[in-house]
Amino acid sequence: MPSGLELLSLSPPGWGGVMLAGLAASLQLAVGGYLLGLLIGIGGAFGKLYGGPILRDLLEVYTTVIRAVPELVLILLLYYAGTDAVSQLFLLVGLPAVDISGLAAGIFVIGVVQGAYSTEVLRGAIKAVPPGQIEAARAYGMSPLQALRRVTLPAMLPYAIPGLANLWMIATKDTALLAVVGFSELTLVTRQAAGSTKAYMTFFLAAGALYLLVTLVSNIIIALIERHARRGMPRTG
Amino acid sequence: MSEETSILPAYIPPKARSLFEPHRLFLMAVFAVIIFCAAWFMRWDWLPRYGGRLAYGVWQTLVMLFWSSIVGFLLAVPIGLVQVTGPRPLAWLAKGFCSIIRGTPLLLQLWLLYYGLGSVFSQYPELKSSFLWPYLRQAWPYGFVTLMISFAAYEGEVMRGAFAGVPRGELEAARAFGMGRFTMFRRIWLPRAIHRALPTLAGETVLQLKSTPLVATITVIDVYAIISRVRQDTFLTYEPLLLLALIYLCLTGILVAAFRFLESRIPTREA
Repeated sequence: MPSGLELLSLSPPGWGGVMLAGLAASLQLAVGGYLLGLLIGIGGAFGKLYGGPILRDLLEVYTTVIRAVPELVLILLLYYAGTDAVSQLFLLVGLPAVDISGLAAGIFVIGVVQGAYSTEVLRGAIKAVPPGQIEAARAYGMSPLQALRRVTLPAMLPYAIPGLANLWMIATKDTALLAVVGFSELTLVTRQAAGSTKAYMTFFLAAGALYLLVTLVSNIIIALIERHARRGMPRTG
Repeated sequence: MSEETSILPAYIPPKARSLFEPHRLFLMAVFAVIIFCAAWFMRWDWLPRYGGRLAYGVWQTLVMLFWSSIVGFLLAVPIGLVQVTGPRPLAWLAKGFCSIIRGTPLLLQLWLLYYGLGSVFSQYPELKSSFLWPYLRQAWPYGFVTLMISFAAYEGEVMRGAFAGVPRGELEAARAFGMGRFTMFRRIWLPRAIHRALPTLAGETVLQLKSTPLVATITVIDVYAIISRVRQDTFLTYEPLLLLALIYLCLTGILVAAFRFLESRIPTREA
């Protein structure tokens, strides 16, 4: 039986290359889902703050339901429902049925889940921006979109970053749940490697180290971004 | 365009407003129609056959949640305390534990313990003859330990903040009354810290509830496992999952209400 390090080597007898490919898939999922979640979150936060009563209530239902139901259940539901809906739509339009890539479905699922959380984070952050700043932007004659881009978004960033950083961590860890629907990301690949070599401890510890590495690197990058976003603000604490 | 946005209305959380505004009634009617359609057009004939097993699954989920949270919280108290006042090496150890657990997915930890430790244990024949073996052969101890460790790590971080946030004056007052270190901890520091941590504790417990279905991936029987069984037996995709989502929605609601009740029982001075 080959030793631990041989099993982890990058060339085919070892599973290192496969695991790195799994890590790349996980990161793609996390980045894609996170960005989609941010888009939903920006829209959701503005809808909740400035939208009409029906929109507000619907968004409230969305964030409450998503945050109350386990991610695993949501992933199963949305994964099947999402792929089903797309193929039905294609059938309706008359296009030939296509296989929806697991990656696209996974990004959709993680994005919808993350969207609910980022809606809440961004809503809190926008509320923390002194309203005078937004009013001043309006008084200068900026259109709502310009005010959003030039004032509201940059001004709320320092308040939003801790929450958004947390969400990024959750996104990287939520990608592991897609192992349950059979998407070959790091955790599933690890389990396959471990199962076929019987070196369970080696592979799971190696995967844990990879996830930890992602977290640590993210922490460093987030600290840099936070310093950049907080420039010019009075130091607190 | 400027007409609608120049009046930025103050944000009133939807909950704070009346339930019987016209648009609410309309929305409720729409939801009622959706629920009626779901009940009418989807297949629910399997429900009576699995009713008993579903109740058992919910019970198992709650047992798992309850015990892993209680034991995890008991672990979290020293983990948090050590990081605030403990000796340096212990504080580093606790901090390292928290970052490792919080930095890796729960599913990976679960599989590491179940498959990894399980395969290590089976290499020791003396363990097989010990009284522990009947437990080590089952899946639930691994699920329980993983959930407990995860809760301890997340909650340990919360308790660290809570312990650090208790005003120093209160602790000094306790010392001035002549309390010993342990008495002070028991009477003042711990209750005040728990009080401060209670809102976060509610959130963490909901998160813990949402992590419990993961133990079904290592063959522990909980409500999620029962629903998976239903899906395999009946070849239905959506109905069982929708029911499962509804069950978790209700459990979360009950949990949140229970914590709110608990919080309201603790008297606080208006700031």
